[in-house]
Amino acid sequence: MTDSKYFTTTKKGEIFELKAELNSDKKEKKKEAVKKVIASMTVGKDVSALFPDVVNCMQTDNLELKKLVYLYLMNYAKSQPDMAIMAVNTFVKDCEDPNPLIRALAVRTMGCIRVDKITEYLCEPLRKCLKDEDPYVRKTAAVCVAKLHDINAQLVEDQGFLDTLKDLISDSNPMVVANAVAALSEIAESHPSSNLLDLNPQSINKLLTALNECTEWGQIFILDCLANYMPKDDREAQSICERVTPRLSHANSAVVLSAVKVLMKFMEMLSKDLDYYGTLLKKLAPPLVTLLSAEPELQYVALRNINLIVQKRPEILKHEMKVFFVKYNDPIYVKLEKLDIMIRLASQANIAQVLAELKEYATEVDVDFVRKAVRAIGRCAIKVEQSAERCVSTLLDLIQTKVNYVVQEAIVVIKDIFRKYPNKYESVIATLCENLDSLDEPEARAAMIWIVGEYAERIDNADELLESFLEGFHDESTQVQLQLLTAIVKLFLKKPTETQELVQQVLSLATQVADTPGLRARGYIYWRLLSTDPVAAKEVVLAEKPLISEETDLIEPTLLDELICYIGTLASVYHKPPSAFVEGSRGVVHKSLPPRTGSSESAESPDAAPSGVQATEQPAVIPTQGDLLGDLLTLDLGPPVSGPPIATSSVQMGAVDLLGGGLDSLVCLEDSAAASHSPGDGDCAHCVSVAVKCFWSTNLPGWRAPKGSFWEKLQGFLVSLTQVWLPAMKAKGLEISGTFSRQVGSISMDLVLTNKALQVMSDFAIQFNRNSFGLAPAAPLQVHAPLAPNQSVEISLPLNTVGSVMKMDPLNNLQVAVKNNIDVFYFSTLYPLHILFVEDGKMERQMFLATWKDIPNENEAQFQIKDCSLNADAVSSKLQGSNIFTIAKRNVEGQDMLYQSLKLTNGIWVLAELRIQPSNPSFTV
Amino acid sequence: MIHSLFLINCSGDIFLEKHWKSVVSKSVCDYFFEAQEKAIDVENVPPVISTPHHYLISIYRDKIFFVSVIQTEVPPLFVIEFLHRVADTFQDYFGECSETAIKDNVVIVYELLEEMLDNGFPLATESNILKELIKPPTILRSVVNSITGSTNVGDTLPTGQLSNIPWRRAGVKYTNNEAYFDVIEEIDAIIDKSADLGQAVCSGSCILASCPGHRFHLPLCHYLQNPRLLDDVSFHPCIRFKRWESERVLSFIPPDGNFRLISYRVSSQNLVAIPVYVKHMISFKENSSSGRFDVTIGPKQNMGKTVEGVVMTVHMPKAVLNMNLTATQGSYTFDPVTKVLTWDVGKITPQKLPNLKGIVNLQSGAPKPEENPSLNIQFKIQQLAISG
Repeated sequence: MTDSKYFTTTKKGEIFELKAELNSDKKEKKKEAVKKVIASMTVGKDVSALFPDVVNCMQTDNLELKKLVYLYLMNYAKSQPDMAIMAVNTFVKDCEDPNPLIRALAVRTMGCIRVDKITEYLCEPLRKCLKDEDPYVRKTAAVCVAKLHDINAQLVEDQGFLDTLKDLISDSNPMVVANAVAALSEIAESHPSSNLLDLNPQSINKLLTALNECTEWGQIFILDCLANYMPKDDREAQSICERVTPRLSHANSAVVLSAVKVLMKFMEMLSKDLDYYGTLLKKLAPPLVTLLSAEPELQYVALRNINLIVQKRPEILKHEMKVFFVKYNDPIYVKLEKLDIMIRLASQANIAQVLAELKEYATEVDVDFVRKAVRAIGRCAIKVEQSAERCVSTLLDLIQTKVNYVVQEAIVVIKDIFRKYPNKYESVIATLCENLDSLDEPEARAAMIWIVGEYAERIDNADELLESFLEGFHDESTQVQLQLLTAIVKLFLKKPTETQELVQQVLSLATQVADTPGLRARGYIYWRLLSTDPVAAKEVVLAEKPLISEETDLIEPTLLDELICYIGTLASVYHKPPSAFVEGSRGVVHKSLPPRTGSSESAESPDAAPSGVQATEQPAVIPTQGDLLGDLLTLDLGPPVSGPPIATSSVQMGAVDLLGGGLDSLVCLEDSAAASHSPGDGDCAHCVSVAVKCFWSTNLPGWRAPKGSFWEKLQGFLVSLTQVWLPAMKAKGLEISGTFSRQVGSISMDLVLTNKALQVMSDFAIQFNRNSFGLAPAAPLQVHAPLAPNQSVEISLPLNTVGSVMKMDPLNNLQVAVKNNIDVFYFSTLYPLHILFVEDGKMERQMFLATWKDIPNENEAQFQIKDCSLNADAVSSKLQGSNIFTIAKRNVEGQDMLYQSLKLTNGIWVLAELRIQPSNPSFTV
Repeated sequence: MIHSLFLINCSGDIFLEKHWKSVVSKSVCDYFFEAQEKAIDVENVPPVISTPHHYLISIYRDKIFFVSVIQTEVPPLFVIEFLHRVADTFQDYFGECSETAIKDNVVIVYELLEEMLDNGFPLATESNILKELIKPPTILRSVVNSITGSTNVGDTLPTGQLSNIPWRRAGVKYTNNEAYFDVIEEIDAIIDKSADLGQAVCSGSCILASCPGHRFHLPLCHYLQNPRLLDDVSFHPCIRFKRWESERVLSFIPPDGNFRLISYRVSSQNLVAIPVYVKHMISFKENSSSGRFDVTIGPKQNMGKTVEGVVMTVHMPKAVLNMNLTATQGSYTFDPVTKVLTWDVGKITPQKLPNLKGIVNLQSGAPKPEENPSLNIQFKIQQLAISG
């Protein structure tokens, strides 16, 4: 007799038939009918019409029938709230039942019925059950509080259930403690501000005691809760670690990983010279390795976490390389993760083994995996210098296999190796050139062209090679076109006599035919450089490149520290802080690793000096992050979709669109170059350095870092870079990139809106949050036609500074909301301060002197700008270009001193003293 | 916590859904199907998928996807462990965890899921307790039920749920006081072409079958002598960790029924030897659509124990069309779709070594396959502990 028969009734009068059966007198028939109803419910059939009949069956002594009816109620009470009231009496009665199982069942089911009217009746029975003599009932009631909180948070607070729940943490029964902790954690997640889990040494002690005795799931809750605790000194941390360590040998991998999290976090506090520290490190390795023998899904999560742990503390797993070797039957997602960890663990000691493995992988079947393996070989070469030679020969072997995608991948990788070890492995170029014809992927072609351009003087037929690429210029992707342009210019500078024709051809192609702004802009820059000052061109184009960094893919240390606090959670799987993706996180509390005590290391103090002056002159209103978001949400743009503002550090700069502004960037080049040197513009300079970083990490081979005298030009480029403010994936396919500029007294924001979704977008509108300088759109955002998929539109939005003012941090932070027919999106960006410098910022000399003396010391800030070798006149003329005026100049002890003033749109004057030494000017503001 | 659970079969039908909080629409599974399509192979579906409003965490067991929907930050391992526990419970209850078994027992499945999770928090996951709450279906019981009208649901309070030892029912009595232990050790080794050991991990578990109700003290003499032998141990919660730490004695009150007492891992440094060897000769001729295949399996010295249950599987390169082989022992099959060659050898007798050889037919015109096929050999040896 099986249940499948319940599915077979598909006749027309099914509901009617069931109704009759439900009302039958026979118990057995009733039960069968309820079973049939449940079976239909499980497959998503609507049987809500039977509600009154099923509820009628509720008053029964038969436990199974009761349970089945409860199941039904949970599913349909929401749709029939009035009917559900009928059931309340039975529930209340059941809560008094002598059998604790029934009491618990009743309170459990009541919590699952999400109907407001019922919750009112729930309070009394719940209060009783929370104090029930039976621990089973108490623990069920604890969870019920969390359910109730989900339905009606206010009610829970008013009724004082939270305090009762807190009391349950000191319950005698470990299961009750575990459930209370779980319930409180869940409630706390939606109320980050409330101090629900107020942990103190006493409660920690209770939790640790309960930890040993409760179920595996309870252990997970308690361990996660422990991880949020901040021990007051290293002794306490050590004692907690000692009591948590046994959990590492639990059979449940989630318990193990949660324990690892607690240990990793508290280890921060232990002194490194302590014996215990070493022991702990040793104890961590075996359980992590054991996780890898579990099911593939578990392995995957474990590997993502191990990836973090390896970056934080490579010493833990440095001897365990072998366990990360890939098995042929691992699912692909496990393989890729293992590969990643292998590279992180690669060192001089084990590189031979690793390379042998990687070479094997490169002959595997799965294309993605093979590609990644080839890349991995390149990363090994860059990471372990001693192995570079061997890696290159391995790559050459692979190229000999002539498997198309292997060859292409290998060439991309070899290009990186050239970047890291210039002029070392040129001997392989000949082999690479042999494979020129087989390259069909843009990345590989671009890499090959870069190599040809870079080593043009050593390749006899470089011009022929490049010419052959040029023939199909139109059909190439932008990446290849850009690369080809640069390579030919390089070639021209190296062999000017033979290649004049070629370079003219490519320049005209790039500037006249091409429709990519970036390509056009680059073409014009080269053209101008070549036509005005070939020597300068040589210095720019053929400048020495900095070596590429060892590990371009390392997670930023602060983010890593935060992620370590989230080991075992979704955040650790995505390698992103929860604030970046968890929906509905109303102001996520950022977790941080505790500072180490008892050792000489001290936490670095953040330097917030640059904007000191402005900060003190502003009315000091410093609202909390939560308020800001609230303000953005109250903008009347549509339904509030909560999402934390994108952290400014995560604003990605579009490397490909490097010169996306087209000719505009050329025009404002001088402007912004000067601006980046302005004393009051520390944030801007910072922005540049971020940009430079991004710039290098993108590894576009054609881009070079001009050094020395060309540094400031680069800065100029970068300041006016178009930044991607809102990546498409965060905004349902709408990508927004843009830049700020100031031209003849007006500020504007140049936006490029790109529709990367499948549907048409229309009805665009834009609004700014209140900001430090009262920036506001001066005109509505005008997008005339609806934006079709894959189409983009450029808009210049005039701005004024009459909006309401609010202090932001950083000062030049701007939060923007953009609305379209799909949704409202929020992003935040930094605008360069120089757009705010007004034209009448020149101060009278006398007044300057007087004001200068009046500035109180606390309003002064000093900082230095390095790597800039301009003479005083050049500086002052450049600064003037962006409305920073030189008042006086004098020469003291061989240093040029410049006194300057500028005025911001909100009428604040900034005075500056520039002291220029060779290559090391320092500024006093 | 865990919001909903969808069970999906290989052809993409959602055949069961269960919601512990509010109802999440089935359409959320579309994201899963999308990922599944991208992955091509069913095994390669990534276990954690993010969608705009939810996260889908899935496992693949016995040709069924268990897809759970979560909305807040939950440890993914917690969810995956739980899903595996659900699958284990189905296996335990119905003998197999298949779509038909679940459909046949849909009401029990529903009751089980309800008991296992409350508002997303695990409630009762120990099979002992569950069986007390919900009786597993047996033919006998269903006959009895239909005659007497009694039910499948226990109406007593599950005693274990209240005690501090949730894995054991109270008042279990056995007449004979004996226990059986199965020690199962597995080695998982990768050996390269030139017979060098690439990687080997030996994992073992000690499974206790049938037991009396008393307290156990199991001195592990063997491990005691050489405690460093074990790299990592994980215990069933019933083991008293303190006594293990201080005296290296396993002391525990066992659950009722079969269960895994400890599992341990021994790393390759301590391994003695792999008890079988393989002589292989697989080659593809240049410019012709055939190749040769010749594999012999033989036992190494293994203290006079016979090697049994030998099965060899080989993933052949894509270019292989079919294979014409003769086996001296056992039978072989070649699946031309998945390109998997399976050779069921059986027992190996040292006098007559099993051999499989013949011709491999390749697709005409296809280039010589690059990759070397890997041989996967499974075997069993009774009463031999690899770890020594």
